[in-house]
Amino acid sequence: MKNKLSFKMDVRAYTLIFALIAIFVIFALMTNGDFVSSRNLANLSRQMTVIGLLAVGMTLIIVAGHIDLSVGSLLGLTGGIAAILQVWYGWSTFPVIVVTILAGILLGMWQGWWVAYKGVPAFIVTLGGMMIFRGILLGISGGQTIAPMNDSFRVIGQAYLPYVIGYALVAAFIIFTFISAFKKRQKRKKLDLALNSVYVDYGIAAASSLAILFLVYMLSRYQGVPVPLLILLVVAAVFIFISKNTTFGRHIYAIGGNSEAAKLSGINSKRNVMSVFILMGGLAAIGGIVLTSRLNAGTVGAGQMYELDAIAAVVIGGTSLMGGVGTIVGSILGALIMASIDNGMSMMNVAPFWQYIVKGLILILAVYLDISSKKK
Amino acid sequence: MAILEMKNITKEFPGVKALNNVTFKVERGEIHSLCGENGAGKSTLMKVLSGVYPHGTYEGDILIEGKEQQFAEIKDSELAGVTIIYQELALVQEMSIAENIFLNNEPKKAGIINWEEMYKEANQWLTKIGLHIESNLKISSLGVGQQQLVEIAKALAKNAEIIIMDEPTAALAEGEVEILIEILEQLREDGITVIYISHKLKEVMRISDKVTVLRDGESIATKDIKEITENDIISLMVGRELNDLFPYVNNIIEEKVMEVKDFSFILQQAKKEVTSGINFELKKGEVLGIGGLMGAGRTELAMSLFGGYEGTMKGSISIDGKDYSIKGPKEAIKAGLAYVSEDRKKFGLVLGMDVTKNTTMASLNQVSSLSFLNHEKEIIETENYNSKMRVKTPSLETKVLTLSGGNQQKVVLSKWLMSGPKILILDEPTRGIDVGAKQEIYKLINELTAQGVAIIMISSELPELLGMSDRILVMAENRITGELTREEANQESILKLATGGEINEK
Ligand SMILES: Nc1ncnc2c1ncn2[C@@H]1O[C@H](COP(=O)(O)OP(=O)(O)OP(=O)(O)O)[C@@H](O)[C@H]1O
Ligand SMILES: [Mg+2]
Repeated sequence: MKNKLSFKMDVRAYTLIFALIAIFVIFALMTNGDFVSSRNLANLSRQMTVIGLLAVGMTLIIVAGHIDLSVGSLLGLTGGIAAILQVWYGWSTFPVIVVTILAGILLGMWQGWWVAYKGVPAFIVTLGGMMIFRGILLGISGGQTIAPMNDSFRVIGQAYLPYVIGYALVAAFIIFTFISAFKKRQKRKKLDLALNSVYVDYGIAAASSLAILFLVYMLSRYQGVPVPLLILLVVAAVFIFISKNTTFGRHIYAIGGNSEAAKLSGINSKRNVMSVFILMGGLAAIGGIVLTSRLNAGTVGAGQMYELDAIAAVVIGGTSLMGGVGTIVGSILGALIMASIDNGMSMMNVAPFWQYIVKGLILILAVYLDISSKKK
Repeated sequence: MAILEMKNITKEFPGVKALNNVTFKVERGEIHSLCGENGAGKSTLMKVLSGVYPHGTYEGDILIEGKEQQFAEIKDSELAGVTIIYQELALVQEMSIAENIFLNNEPKKAGIINWEEMYKEANQWLTKIGLHIESNLKISSLGVGQQQLVEIAKALAKNAEIIIMDEPTAALAEGEVEILIEILEQLREDGITVIYISHKLKEVMRISDKVTVLRDGESIATKDIKEITENDIISLMVGRELNDLFPYVNNIIEEKVMEVKDFSFILQQAKKEVTSGINFELKKGEVLGIGGLMGAGRTELAMSLFGGYEGTMKGSISIDGKDYSIKGPKEAIKAGLAYVSEDRKKFGLVLGMDVTKNTTMASLNQVSSLSFLNHEKEIIETENYNSKMRVKTPSLETKVLTLSGGNQQKVVLSKWLMSGPKILILDEPTRGIDVGAKQEIYKLINELTAQGVAIIMISSELPELLGMSDRILVMAENRITGELTREEANQESILKLATGGEINEK
């Protein structure tokens, strides 16, 4: 009985993975295998990085019961700031990164302050932010494309890890996965909690290890693991940890689940909500740096519509717009699904307008599946 | 022929068998009470009957006037004459009474809503249930009791033959309960069948014709009210004798823990005083009861003391000799206060979270270091409080959403016990809770006072107030209108002070 229960709860995650596999198989067939070629996987993983970074922060925002429509503009603006500092003012890479992230944090804090302390709905504040940030970017760049960046800056979005390091990281990941699966089982046994069967727990560990190993193998056949993918994975890991294992993470879920009850339990919802927006600002800035580095330029249109892709990724990943429910892993998978569709369809030379239509339909379908699975 | 017969109903949720082969038979025109402990399956049985859980998700048969029914949704059961009034009122606050009564049932002419007709009919229904107000008033301008009556009007307007009421009086004040009872008697005369779920056995004894008792998802007995006593019902419910419902002990230690002087609180937004000129002292180990009618400002006093409102205070408060100024719940918890609110779903629980996370919510600092959570410790602590409170749950990782009302309340209590308060404010602590669990909560109060915790207990149930308090403050119109010692206090003296305030004002 108990096993059935815990299996049921994971159905959602499995659906996402199956959907992803289905998408991969379909595109692989339609492109004669080009879609799963090493080169394209490298491309795909670079393409999903930026949306993935935004989706990580957006997950927290939506779990807390808010929304952020400004992330695309914020990403564009911070990316522009990075380009301006380096190209026009000749700053070296490290200070550019630090100042850009600080700028993102400050702008996020500014929006968070309106939402948390002034009670203006996040939808409005960030809709405003979306226009304001884009306007500032237009103003400070004068509408020009700002290029080129230094070599050291381009490493962030364009370089690849040496094979050795790639495989070393895989080894570390595999060891960590199995040890934590083992530890988790021991703990649950000790605390007398419901246990999955051995096969399920270690099966999941083995499957994810294999998947990572295979991915790194494929990427290494091309040029290695792209640096931006590594950045995304590290950021995601940190935020997964925060969301599960810190009081801050718990507070966010409680506020989104029932802000009144959270408040009366002594949780400072204002400060926590502002913190979420600050983190989002920081992540948008990292995304901006990665994008500017990849394009080797700051452009006025950078990041346009990214907020919608990020929100779609989060929602496809199972986060509820009502707040209180959602996981970062789901959002990353959601981002991967969105990026795969973009990438696969452009490989098939499908006109861009179809990409929009298909992504829109998938979004609706995903939420419908989620809702109907909950009804049972 | 029986108007309703439910035969061999079995309903399972993952991990729990909520109903096991239940049989339930109701005759036309009777008031039939359904009793049982928290989690016995009363609400579940009624949800099966009203189509919330559609045909196919349970086993067994439902017969209405001998005909088998297979409801796919709530609308089907309404067409068959069954209407359910949930414990949580389901009215649209921003709409008028008439709009609510005819929601999804609007009188129409050629597809267009006929407003005159609607208000006229609504007024007729209101008169019928003894509410003499206009049907174009907004729901939000009514009190809880009046809203409850509107729910009944809404049910009647659907031509209901069987009305199910799930704990209709849980949130009502004594006077309002009287009105409701009169209406129920009126309904019985009109030949309407009422299924009545309540934990207040006095009411059950007074109004019902028959009683069916459920225990652990099984139907134990159906009895004529004349051949049974209140104590019989209790022992059928809990499966054993229950003696001494109010296990009062005097645990007062002569040491002041809290002193409130000339305390008033002004809401920031409404610029309204929600409590005025409050004075009282509280000793360690004391149970201070607060009585009064609905809307007397008792909850507002508790909420403002606990920092639940934004606004400014006047006067002074000291806790353990130290000045306490109201900043917010966080500071209140630090100062040693805890507040179990009257509305557990709105203010007490995050329904989508599991038992563990709800229990530790106000004490995360105890299960974390440097704000990193220690999940193991969290679970051990929760387990500890769960067994102390005897929370019935399939597992610690079960969402509180699926627990029965009484068990939800116990989770809220666990949460606040874990925070280790010096002063525990209980606002209607036994609302919607069965007798057995009630007694457990009273025993818990005694355990706490024995450890020197002071308790402020707000209650609308006079027997409970009289049975458990060392001293009673009575409030009316946001003020304290009197203080009674345990010896002085009785039903009349409390009601006199509770209404006296109003008379003095006028
Ligand atoms: N949606 C659900 N999912 C899982 N379990 C449920 C669900 N609804 C009810 N239960 C379980 O079924 C049992 C019966 O619950 P029910 O709400 O019918 O009790 P009740 O008699 O109405 O109690 P109370 O007096 O506290 O309202 C409980 O053990 C409860 O935890
Ligand atoms: Mg119930």
